[in-house]
Amino acid sequence: MKFPDLTELALRNLRESALRNSLTTIGISVGVASLVAMLSLGIGLQQLASRRLVRSGLFDTVIVNSRRDLRGMGRAEEREGPLPGDSRVLDEAARTEIEHLPNVSEAYPDIRFTTELRLDDKPHLTTISALPISAKNNDAFEGMQGTFFTSETAPEAVLQKSFAEELLGKTPRLGAPEPDVADLKPLLGKELTMHYAQRVPTPSSSQNSSDANVNGASYSVVSREQTLKIVGISDLDPESMRGPTRAKVFLPLKLAESLHVMQATDIREIATAATDQAVYSSLSVRVKNPSQIQTVEDAIKKMGFSTFSILDATRSLRQFFAVLDLFLGIFGSLALAVASIGIVNTLVMAILERRREIGIMKAIGASDGDVRKLFFAEAGAMGVLGGIVGVVLGWSIGQVINLGTNVYLRRQSLPPEHFWAVPWWLVGAAIVFAFIVSFLSGLYPAARAARLDPVQALRYE
Amino acid sequence: MATASASIPGNRAIRSDNLCRHYRMGESLIRAVDGVSLEVRSGEFVALLGSSGSGKSSMLNLIAGLDRPTSGSVIVQGRDLAKLSREQLAKYRLHVVGMVFQSFNLIPSMTLAENVELPMRFAEVDRDRRQTLAREALERVGLQARMHHRPSELSGGEQQRAALARALINRPQLLLADEPTGNLDSHTGTEIMDMVREFNRTLGMTVVMVTHERGLAERYAERMIFLADGKLVDEQINNGAVHSASREGQA
Repeated sequence: MKFPDLTELALRNLRESALRNSLTTIGISVGVASLVAMLSLGIGLQQLASRRLVRSGLFDTVIVNSRRDLRGMGRAEEREGPLPGDSRVLDEAARTEIEHLPNVSEAYPDIRFTTELRLDDKPHLTTISALPISAKNNDAFEGMQGTFFTSETAPEAVLQKSFAEELLGKTPRLGAPEPDVADLKPLLGKELTMHYAQRVPTPSSSQNSSDANVNGASYSVVSREQTLKIVGISDLDPESMRGPTRAKVFLPLKLAESLHVMQATDIREIATAATDQAVYSSLSVRVKNPSQIQTVEDAIKKMGFSTFSILDATRSLRQFFAVLDLFLGIFGSLALAVASIGIVNTLVMAILERRREIGIMKAIGASDGDVRKLFFAEAGAMGVLGGIVGVVLGWSIGQVINLGTNVYLRRQSLPPEHFWAVPWWLVGAAIVFAFIVSFLSGLYPAARAARLDPVQALRYE
Repeated sequence: MATASASIPGNRAIRSDNLCRHYRMGESLIRAVDGVSLEVRSGEFVALLGSSGSGKSSMLNLIAGLDRPTSGSVIVQGRDLAKLSREQLAKYRLHVVGMVFQSFNLIPSMTLAENVELPMRFAEVDRDRRQTLAREALERVGLQARMHHRPSELSGGEQQRAALARALINRPQLLLADEPTGNLDSHTGTEIMDMVREFNRTLGMTVVMVTHERGLAERYAERMIFLADGKLVDEQINNGAVHSASREGQA
């Protein structure tokens, strides 16, 4: 029998005992709904957790340090790295080499310094860091007010929310709800004056001094001023971040590089290196695809640097959620298992009722396969219908719980969270799973119907 | 043991050889068909007669490929049915045989048109062609006005006519009828039998009819085969019957 005929006959048969078949289908829907509800809770919680990490913008970033730097924090990535003595200096040559590794989109130095910013002549001490223009597309800057930098060299600044508040003279009370970035809009377009220490290479003539112990390199430190225009205010939470985003004011990378701001590590470098070339304390390496982060990390390690990526931190998180999802899935499937018994029951009943009909069909030329396929089609149709209804039901349950929880969170003065997620793959997988389960449930009834002896079936009245 | 044989062996539709169908019911062995050998010519109209329990229906089921012999052979249109697989038997029932039953056996949830179409669904005929053929078949039995009615809305005679249309829809070479008039009054019974004879003549279709009414057999069948206790006991050429198309053609 052809597929459209099979479907048509199956649906017709389902309509014939509408009540019984709808009850069975509802059973499947409830099973699928519980499965979808459980899994979407698991997925939602996982997304909530990883969203916190993604907001740091470092999911596709590897932080590279030289092992020559003293850190002494004993972290795993430091213990596993090469010996300090074998490690390379993290200079411009190394940066270029890393940038040319496969799957690397860019490698930029981390420039960070603490200095004073003045707004209307009032001083504010803060941490400033530089960001490349590519950070604009980072999730971390989602929901920011104003704009990102107009170019890599523009004298512009993006402020972190809490610093913007400080500039406006508001001190947030402990436990008070987080302010809305929209309230900080008046700062946009205003000008800040940044005071900083610039590092200026000493002219080579000074090397001609009689001091034999001069190792070759030297520089002077000069106090400078730079005017910055506030173009954006970001919603970033500085406490949840690591690396260059852990600062309160951001400058365009090329601008920051051209300022040659004196870095905290510079003193240490001049003490060890015989060069007046810039040596980076750390580099941020962005990979083209987060899935390649491990290979890039390995390649950089091979070059003799120590590396750190957020993937290390999320690995155990993902492991935890895999187990959680598994358990939620098993509990969700229990209802579906019960529903599948309902399918077997319904179809076995249908065989008893339609014994004669099966006999007639066989007498007029239906093969065992035709009869089997017909029962499979009925089981499958119930599965697909139940799956679709179940997904809708499960999704609705999720929405209701989401809504309810957010009402509760709002009462507690907590920001709303979206911890319930039904991704498209889950919708598809749930329907396919319901179909497979019902198909398997149809195995026994279908085989039994196909084996039915037509002579006996026709005698039966 | 008597053997019913046809006059022209080369033009044979059915041949059974020492055909047996035994089955167990509890402790006892039932010999429903017990060593029947017979031949039916192509285009012949044969009646199987006997009282209830004589094995005539079992014999028909064996010819129809609904049942398998315990021993012996039954060969229809050159096919040894005992040697066919279940799948092949289904194909045989679909394309070679058309069946009509005492209780009509239409599917109650389907309209007449859908019932008549059903064998063509199994034969995987296209929908358009299926609908055309079903309509034509119902017109041929005078039911075009009832096409979209369900069997329960029709009289017995109408239901049997629809069953006849269904039996003939795949153009079988063999029409097997199991007490086709058993549930009908004599007037509608005659109507149905006239139709069967008409198809026997015009389409040259071989007809095997099971009945316990001797009068009906005498009126329509060319040959009567008598069964009792699963055995063939007698056979009569029926000169009184209106000659079938094939016989007229050969005369």
